[in-house]
Amino acid sequence: MTAVAGAPAATTAQRGTHRSTKPRRRGKSPVLTLIMLVMFGYAVLPLFWLLANSSKTSADLFSTFGLWFGGDFHLFANIADTLSYNNGIFLRWFGNTVLYSVVGAGGAALLATIGGYALAKYDFPGRKLLFAVVLGAISIPGTALAVPTYLLFSQIGLVDTPWAVLIPSLCSPFGLYLMRVYAADAVPDSILESARIDGAGEFRIFRTIALRLLAPGFVTVLLFSLVATWNNYFLPLIVLNTPDWFPLTVGLNQWNAQANSGTSGAVDATYSLILTGSLLSIVPLIIAFLVLQRFWQSGLATGSVKQ
Amino acid sequence: MTAPATELRPAGARGLARPFLRLRVAGYAFFLPFFVVFLITVVAPLLYAIYLSFFQDRLIGGTVFAGLANYTRAVGDALFGAGLLRVALFLVVQVPIMLLIALGCALAIDSGRLRWPSLFRITIFMPYAVPAVVAALMWGYMYGDEFGLVGQIGDVFGVTLPDLMSRSWMLGSIGNMVTWEYVGYNMIILYAALRAIPEELYEAAEMDGAGAIRIAWSIKLPALRPALLVATVFSIIGSFQLFNEPNILQKLAPSVITTSYTPNMYAYNLAFNGQQINYSAAVAVVLGLVTVVVAYVVQLITARREQTL
Repeated sequence: MTAVAGAPAATTAQRGTHRSTKPRRRGKSPVLTLIMLVMFGYAVLPLFWLLANSSKTSADLFSTFGLWFGGDFHLFANIADTLSYNNGIFLRWFGNTVLYSVVGAGGAALLATIGGYALAKYDFPGRKLLFAVVLGAISIPGTALAVPTYLLFSQIGLVDTPWAVLIPSLCSPFGLYLMRVYAADAVPDSILESARIDGAGEFRIFRTIALRLLAPGFVTVLLFSLVATWNNYFLPLIVLNTPDWFPLTVGLNQWNAQANSGTSGAVDATYSLILTGSLLSIVPLIIAFLVLQRFWQSGLATGSVKQ
Repeated sequence: MTAPATELRPAGARGLARPFLRLRVAGYAFFLPFFVVFLITVVAPLLYAIYLSFFQDRLIGGTVFAGLANYTRAVGDALFGAGLLRVALFLVVQVPIMLLIALGCALAIDSGRLRWPSLFRITIFMPYAVPAVVAALMWGYMYGDEFGLVGQIGDVFGVTLPDLMSRSWMLGSIGNMVTWEYVGYNMIILYAALRAIPEELYEAAEMDGAGAIRIAWSIKLPALRPALLVATVFSIIGSFQLFNEPNILQKLAPSVITTSYTPNMYAYNLAFNGQQINYSAAVAVVLGLVTVVVAYVVQLITARREQTL
């Protein structure tokens, strides 16, 4: 963030004489800021709505205005209700989501990093063909693969086990693409050469030198895979039947189905659970993005989209 | 790219062929783990789907080879056709709107003329971290004209606002949801590409007397073309894959969102509610083909002489 804000300032200082002729450095535009404030509202208001309504009692949810808090601040009571409902099934779903995301996204990012590094820095026969094949796979709708994946997995007995969610999460063609472009820039050939002259093995070079240089790219791929697995809905919906293995997304929609088919007495309470559960399910990802933003933004800027 | 620099190596330390071989083996070894997973999770299901699509499950005789029968059925299937048209309409309207907003935001944040640029960058991006399921539930409840936010706002002003979950509004309502989810993501991709433009280009342009608009038009937009292309292709793929949002909203508006509302929902319902696995596979393959063809054509039109590899 500071680097981004600092860059134009530094160049202005270097060539201060031209300041008056440079429109880019001409102070802030209130109109532009106002337009962006509208966008800010568009992005944030639904999230604020979720927060406000997660803090209401079931009665207030239907009787008070949606964009402000209700009479009592009921957020913590709602969280307690959500976590304890149905013997704490929500915590189980949360744990499943963490498992699928950490193992799936972590594995996907690692495989993409090693593979992308191989494509960028080693000249082996078939390299371009392999890359083209993987790149082509990006445009295959993942959902078109979900049904045959289910059928294949059901034949080898993986359906309704965590493996059915974990294994498909390990493959990220887009991650490989990103890492190949990133590694081409971030790992200078000269460093690899000098390490080789010093007698280092290829694996050791990767582990001790390349991996460090690739870190921002790795974090970027990790975060985007993390979002993909944390938010994954279609695949787990298909391959899982036992609620004990559901991730949050499938579980929340099961509550939603209950709320819209149940008797009216139960309905109100379930809506509160859904809203509070939704709020709880988005907090970890937002924290991850905020904490790691310096890494993933530089990872994107350095490599990913330059061609 | 990486010419093994044999000339750097002390002469006679090792044979010439050995380092070559060593690098090749290492290259394959590093690529192998990804490739194995790729074969299991992409290639195998894809081939299996194609295989399945050539068979039919008959009451008498069990599963038999049916040639292209499933495909001819899919091509003539009115439900499938209507779904495809629906996502095509969605694509033509929603994707340009979303990308233009994302482009505007990225240019604004990059312009240096905005107050609190990093605040805007983070907050507009934030909805991307929200699961589609949660986004659909949230917006679905807000859209509601009775107890939802839209209804409440209507009450405040004493008017009845249109029902955003009705037949005529539903596609637009889903479009708004998808825009909300992905506008920040596309903005970040474009913004990252803007940051990669060398500062000297701006300096040279300013020296030549170019203004902010001119710089945006003549330097930034051309430099953004590869990133815009990537964003467009991903958005096209996303539109054809549309499933999560309508599937969630189905519970809230079952009469509007049918089981074939999008081609993907159709393929899903054929397989899991209709037991027509072979036909579902054919539908999925056709959908995949349509997606690849459209994405490729768009790439051809926009990329001109640009290299994609």
